[in-house]
Amino acid sequence: MKVLVPVKRVIDYNVKARVKADQSGVDLANVKMSMNPFDEIAVEEAVRLKEGKGHHAANTAEEIVAVSVGVTQAQETIRNALAIGADRGILVQSDTDLEPLAVAKVLKAVVDEEKPDLVLMGKQAIDGDNNAVGQMLAALLDWPQATFASKVEIKDGKAQVTREIDGGLQTIEVALPAVITVDLRLNTPRYASLPNIMKAKKKEIATKAVADYGTDTAPRLKVIKVTEPPKREAGEKVADAAELVAKLKSKGVI
Amino acid sequence: MAVLVIADHDGATVRDTTHKTVTAAAKIGGDIDILVVGEGAKGAADAAAKIKGVRKVLLAESAGLGKVLAEAVEATVLPLADGYDAILAPATTDGKNFAPRIAAKLDVAPISDIIEVVSPDTFVRPIYAGNALETVQSSDAKKVITVRPTGFDSAEEGGSAPVESVTGGDAPKTTFVSEEMVKSDRPELGAAKIVVSGGRALGSSEEFHAVMDPLADKLGAAVGASRAAVDAGYAPNDYQVGQTGKVVAPELYIAIGISGAIQHLAGMKDSKIIVAINKDPDAPIFQVADYGLVADYKIAVPELMAALG
Repeated sequence: MKVLVPVKRVIDYNVKARVKADQSGVDLANVKMSMNPFDEIAVEEAVRLKEGKGHHAANTAEEIVAVSVGVTQAQETIRNALAIGADRGILVQSDTDLEPLAVAKVLKAVVDEEKPDLVLMGKQAIDGDNNAVGQMLAALLDWPQATFASKVEIKDGKAQVTREIDGGLQTIEVALPAVITVDLRLNTPRYASLPNIMKAKKKEIATKAVADYGTDTAPRLKVIKVTEPPKREAGEKVADAAELVAKLKSKGVI
Repeated sequence: MAVLVIADHDGATVRDTTHKTVTAAAKIGGDIDILVVGEGAKGAADAAAKIKGVRKVLLAESAGLGKVLAEAVEATVLPLADGYDAILAPATTDGKNFAPRIAAKLDVAPISDIIEVVSPDTFVRPIYAGNALETVQSSDAKKVITVRPTGFDSAEEGGSAPVESVTGGDAPKTTFVSEEMVKSDRPELGAAKIVVSGGRALGSSEEFHAVMDPLADKLGAAVGASRAAVDAGYAPNDYQVGQTGKVVAPELYIAIGISGAIQHLAGMKDSKIIVAINKDPDAPIFQVADYGLVADYKIAVPELMAALG
């Protein structure tokens, strides 16, 4: 089985996003960037499918291809995926920040070329928080989707996926090929070891341009402005629990 | 102009998230129809018909719709899409699952998790886990939108719309296997009015539950945790509040032994009232707390339990 794992380069989850003074967006200059945490979980799961770790049979995945649609530096993100255990990478270069629909179209073109049996990806990127690309990719391919996965089992050309839904868990079975988007509980990604980081430097990353795929990636949304949310002011200190309870009662919240 | 709202329901009745989505639809303007997809969902359709301002309710039933499989919802909505300028769903896990799928099939850019309708084509949505708000204008003729329920008031009851049947779609490549809903007397973390969250200061899984569970039960609250507490193994992963966990906005959020890392604040800073209990007076959590109690939780929590009576 061949697995395609789309990965996105985003602001590191420990860095506070700061809105630019001209309200044109979030300031990413000189900010630490990392792989989207949900994508890291997707890469880890793909590697476990290959290694036969956990409940997976060995070689459930034979080849893992990491793909990123983004700026030149997204190479580092792909390199990171290769260090965790992906076999090769594809960078589809884009100088502009593509909208989720456009990314889904580019990924569809990559899937048409690579013909994976499974696309494993993060449920959302922590920058735009759209939670949309996986579902859209599945729709464009006419593939079934299993979103918000907390457990994945591959057998007999099918994927049995446990999904995190409001109030509990739902298990569905989808026929492969399919798109699975992953949630936090699926696994805890490993730290890439130094030897694996060195090995990753020798793995191949093919570079393409968005234009190579001839898809319509024109924006549909115009960002009017990006603003700071209303600021919270530090409130008051209370002396003890009794005073706290009195304050909360006066506010009517308990 | 007409807007289609896809209802969130349990078969017997519609959830309040549906009422809130109707309010967002009303702000966009035009006729509002509600689509109830399900299996044996007549009760929900009748409940939807009672929401004020609704023109009609469409009821689609099929096996695939009983479990709200995305492919089945897509197949149900696409034939109806021509009649609508906007398709809205609450930003629940179901809505988030099927809405982008419908959008892609219609070749429109979905707009996720809106918290405000500025005009019929312009919306405000949180990005970067709520650390920034983005105002976007859509150039698509048809819009597909998910609505964050906490951003809107509930539409009132008092309507009497007719209920019509429409054809339900299927999900031929997907099979429902099972469902395991959490049977807890405590409310769900994402929907709770009160959340009590514990941090790394609690020191162990046993201590976490010994301190947090009775307090949550006393307040009728859900229990959350910081990423540090989850990473240390003190609390299960689905308790995690923060940028990479759940984003919550309850009426009251009580943070116990949580320092207030950026990634945690991103997940709870839209709470109405924030209480912080921490023995470190310089903990960043106090900068966002409405009420701060500088104290060791070992002393403060038992006192709090006693004061609550």
